[in-house]
Amino acid sequence: MLPNRQGKFGPFGGRFVPETLMPALSELEEAYRRFKRDPGFRRELSWYLREYAGRPTPLYPARRLSQALGGHLRLYLKREDLLHTGAHKINNTLGQVLLARRMGKRRVIAETGAGQHGVATATAAALLGLECVVYMGAKDTVRQAMNVFRMELLGARVVPVHAGTQTLKDAINEAIRDWVTHVEDTFYVIGSVVGPHPYPMMVRDFQSVIGREARRQILRLEGRLPDLVIACVGGGSNAMGIFHPFVKDQVVKLIGVEAAGEGLDSDKHSATLTAGEPGVLHGMMTYLLQDRVGQIKGAHSIAPGLDYPGVGPEHAFLKECGRAEYVAVDDEEALAAFRLLSETEGIIPALESAHAVAYLVKIADRLPRDTIVIINLSGRGDKDVAAVKEYLGK
Amino acid sequence: MTGAERVREAIEEVNRAGRAALIPYFCAWDPDLETTRALLWAAAEAGASVVELGFPFSDPLADGPTIQAATQRALRHRPTLEALLEFVAGLYNEGYPLPVVIMGYYNPFFRFGLARFAREARRAGLCGAIIPDLPLEEARPWLREARKQGLSAVMLAAPTTPPQRLERIARVSTGFLYYVSVTGITGARERLPEDLALRLDLAREVSPVPVAVGFGISKPEQVRLLAPHAHALVVGSALVRIIGKEGPRAPARVRKALSELVSAAKR
Ligand SMILES: Cc1ncc(COP(=O)(O)O)c(C=O)c1O
Repeated sequence: MLPNRQGKFGPFGGRFVPETLMPALSELEEAYRRFKRDPGFRRELSWYLREYAGRPTPLYPARRLSQALGGHLRLYLKREDLLHTGAHKINNTLGQVLLARRMGKRRVIAETGAGQHGVATATAAALLGLECVVYMGAKDTVRQAMNVFRMELLGARVVPVHAGTQTLKDAINEAIRDWVTHVEDTFYVIGSVVGPHPYPMMVRDFQSVIGREARRQILRLEGRLPDLVIACVGGGSNAMGIFHPFVKDQVVKLIGVEAAGEGLDSDKHSATLTAGEPGVLHGMMTYLLQDRVGQIKGAHSIAPGLDYPGVGPEHAFLKECGRAEYVAVDDEEALAAFRLLSETEGIIPALESAHAVAYLVKIADRLPRDTIVIINLSGRGDKDVAAVKEYLGK
Repeated sequence: MTGAERVREAIEEVNRAGRAALIPYFCAWDPDLETTRALLWAAAEAGASVVELGFPFSDPLADGPTIQAATQRALRHRPTLEALLEFVAGLYNEGYPLPVVIMGYYNPFFRFGLARFAREARRAGLCGAIIPDLPLEEARPWLREARKQGLSAVMLAAPTTPPQRLERIARVSTGFLYYVSVTGITGARERLPEDLALRLDLAREVSPVPVAVGFGISKPEQVRLLAPHAHALVVGSALVRIIGKEGPRAPARVRKALSELVSAAKR
């Protein structure tokens, strides 16, 4: 069972952080392993997931989209977009904030890029009565002003980060600096399967509820496992969440879709696994977008949640051992899929999730009749309609 | 003498004279490499013992605003480790007297290749490296290469480090052990923790190598207070702040500030 004791997935993962945080990470790992086995904690978490967040989410047969792609596929959407706050992020923040409360921490901090994880953390903190501070790149606070206001409504304090590229990676740096300084009473709620061990493992476990449900649902609906599972990959949490329960099912092909932005040769993309190289950032060894000498490059995507120059170490491992395949689709393709899903199914997807749909659009012709496909629809697109409107020049 | 021995000897030499050693930190290329060269010479003239030379990284997550700003100024020059080693080699060709250790985040070293870095560092005369995001559990490959080339692999301990772990860290650290004074990031501070002297005494007791204290130290009073409890003191943000304000005029000001700290370092 991965990761190993050092938090390694093969050569990836680990704990590359300042010494000050090492004891806190051990404490967190130990607390997590304890509560994971504690029936009281598990009952509490699943109660909140069910009664508050809206689990289980449907596995919805997307017949009209399937028709539009040639009518030969058995296509299902895992509807994480129907969850409270509009995306899978809440699965993780409920888990981590409940853990924080059990560990006796008074204060939670988080980073956010587009604001989705910030909103999900602020939501869980409001629900459970903890103080919440969210770090957000100064540029992102302007681009996503609505989400800043949302977090403030939820009682969180949003701190704009002016360092570096003023985007998600710098917000993570600043959150880590806060944690180094207030490690005694503060819990750092990381938003994806990234960061130092035990975060990639813990966030994967909290998100695996997606895959466990999907596996059960597809077996009931189809009587067999799916042929393809497709998910978008930013940090990789929704993908890891749906992949994980299928990893041992070798017949199931797992495909992670990254953002090719304005094209893989444009230098304006977020395709870390497709076009990056191994390195160390934010406490983990993984694939990174970096230059020749190891400075980290900025990332770009029309989908703000995919805009990250790193990726979860377990994805790096699944890529290297060939268990999952990673591909990239560009801004235009994602936008076309965004419209297609809206028009055929009446579901406006998050731009992130639209990348997963776009990849299926690309390969649908090549798939044999009755191929069973599950797409993880990680979030809804309400947050993106203004940006899309602007992009389309309307 | 190996690089690690040079670093250790430079500290112990001033200790024998009844003083704590001063270790200034400068960010290379801040604001340009010529100024860095002048700063290093100014440090030698001011009586520093070892120099900690920062290699700028895009994501300095253990650093406060002062060193972050220095990093931003430095990154404009597109620094490389090749260029840094060339710079150090040039410095020693001019007869530079102090041992220099590089302080940098792990990724650039990893990209460069640890074995290659250690080899070329020794050839350039660089004495060692401090890698703040490489804790004990991840440090083995670097410790191995550093040992092969006799480089000083400086490990860090923090106020949150439990006693037994501190001992394990001190045992693998070469040149000196870097004791982080505060639970936090780099940056000059008005006040240091009350129990710092006591913690340093404990660290000195278990450490087979000299103990340097760093983070937050900026004033002669602080140096006077801490010098009896540490073998060496690292001063970073307080000097980097001068560089940020004074630009090319900085070396003269830094020499003055550092001289005052050196004379306060009686043990
Ligand atoms: C709807 C949605 N999907 C996907 C992502 C990407 O994150 P991850 O790869 O961790 O699932 C985000 C991030 O904000 C998101 O909001």
